[in-house]
Amino acid sequence: MAKPMEQIKWQELEVGAIAVEVGNAREYETGTWRSERPVVNKDQCIKCGVCWIFCPDACIIQAAQGHFEADLTYCKGCGICARECPVGCISMVSEEEG
Amino acid sequence: MEKARKGIEVSIALAEAAAQADVDVVAAYPITPQTHIVEHLAELVAEGELDAEFVPVDSEHSAMSVCCGSAAVGARTFTSTSSQGLALMSEIFFIAAAMRLPMVMALANRSLSSPLSIWNDHTDTMMVRDAGWIHVFVENGQESYDHTLWAFRVAEDPQVMLPVAVNLDGFILTHMIEPIEYVDNQTVKNFLPEFKMKNALHPDNPVSMGCFGMPEIYTETQMAREEGIKNAYPTILKAWEEWGSLTGRYYHPIETYKTEDADYCIVTMGSYGETAMEVVDALRDEGEKVGVVRIRLWRPFPFDDFRKAVLGKQALIVLDRAISFGGPGGPVASELRSALYGMEGAPSIVNYVAGLAGRDVARDDFRKIILEGKNKAYAHDTDGFTLYGLRG
Repeated sequence: MAKPMEQIKWQELEVGAIAVEVGNAREYETGTWRSERPVVNKDQCIKCGVCWIFCPDACIIQAAQGHFEADLTYCKGCGICARECPVGCISMVSEEEG
Repeated sequence: MEKARKGIEVSIALAEAAAQADVDVVAAYPITPQTHIVEHLAELVAEGELDAEFVPVDSEHSAMSVCCGSAAVGARTFTSTSSQGLALMSEIFFIAAAMRLPMVMALANRSLSSPLSIWNDHTDTMMVRDAGWIHVFVENGQESYDHTLWAFRVAEDPQVMLPVAVNLDGFILTHMIEPIEYVDNQTVKNFLPEFKMKNALHPDNPVSMGCFGMPEIYTETQMAREEGIKNAYPTILKAWEEWGSLTGRYYHPIETYKTEDADYCIVTMGSYGETAMEVVDALRDEGEKVGVVRIRLWRPFPFDDFRKAVLGKQALIVLDRAISFGGPGGPVASELRSALYGMEGAPSIVNYVAGLAGRDVARDDFRKIILEGKNKAYAHDTDGFTLYGLRG
């Protein structure tokens, strides 16, 4: 695992600040940005995968039962899935309201 | 024995230097403001004399983008531009340095619009002064040829890994026919080792270039750039030293002419230098104790060499070819004032801006600038700058 960004000294950077550890975006948990989270009504979900296609963060995963939901470690709460869902089974819920 | 010299247009000779460097990729936008540099390279590729990709892109922005991509896979990369072309390139120009992508640009210095002008001055290059490239200025055709080869050597050195701009005055140098001594291909080959980039893009060794930089890391990346360009200095000297031993032509970050016993000096950067030396010769005959200080390396700026060169002088007359509007005058004078601030016994600086957009600065003009500048310095009239030859 790469060193946390806030601990890296300038001397430790690769020339050109390139990332030699591939796929390390995984370590950056963008879910902390979120103010609203998508909540899926599993009974209404028709398992079409439109949310999976549209998610700009590729954080939608298909559950074992076949419906789709967001991985909240990475979901930024943009709401695109809720906007695009053809049956309207995704609603955005404020994180503050719990 | 004097070696054979060839009468040739400086742009063509410079292009042939890039060809001798066996460049892999040349990307350029082939319309005004452009020079014969890329035109000749396109011809060499088309004729089968140079085995390289010549990419005639849709804009200067794309030209620099292609250069970045090409350098990122470890290909030897060259381009050339001027004036508005550089302005259009500027977004990617900064990225080339930040991503530490070695490439060489012949930057034919010309003015920026408006009014529309493509004649010579240093306005274009000053726009990208702080982009993080290595900048060298040449004074004549031979130096243009020499520095094109030298620039590849410096840029691609594992201790440097930076793009290098060879600044040559537009028209005054690019369109002149001068006697130029070529170096044979074997010597070039010995001087320029094969370019091997440690982390070049390759499927077997995946890396990410130009990543997202959060506030937590951006500061550190900028310090790494600052140290990176400063650390290029010893390699720059070593490459000049080696070039000198091969050709007998030695270059230095700051060059001086008749400065040892001089009371005051004129300071130039670029093709001004040669005329300045001629005029100083004439003034010396009249008893003026004047010398010339010529700035060859602009970035990284050789502060110590410069301070050493002017130590003990009473005054410097700095000749600029661009204006920082509403600022401290010419960019070169501004830099030198900053370099000398706080130095004990520092010479005073008088700043002239001349030769904008190709207006001639002839020997008589140099003479006037030097003598008038000396009087100003001795009268402590050193604020701001004087726009030489201005009507009204």
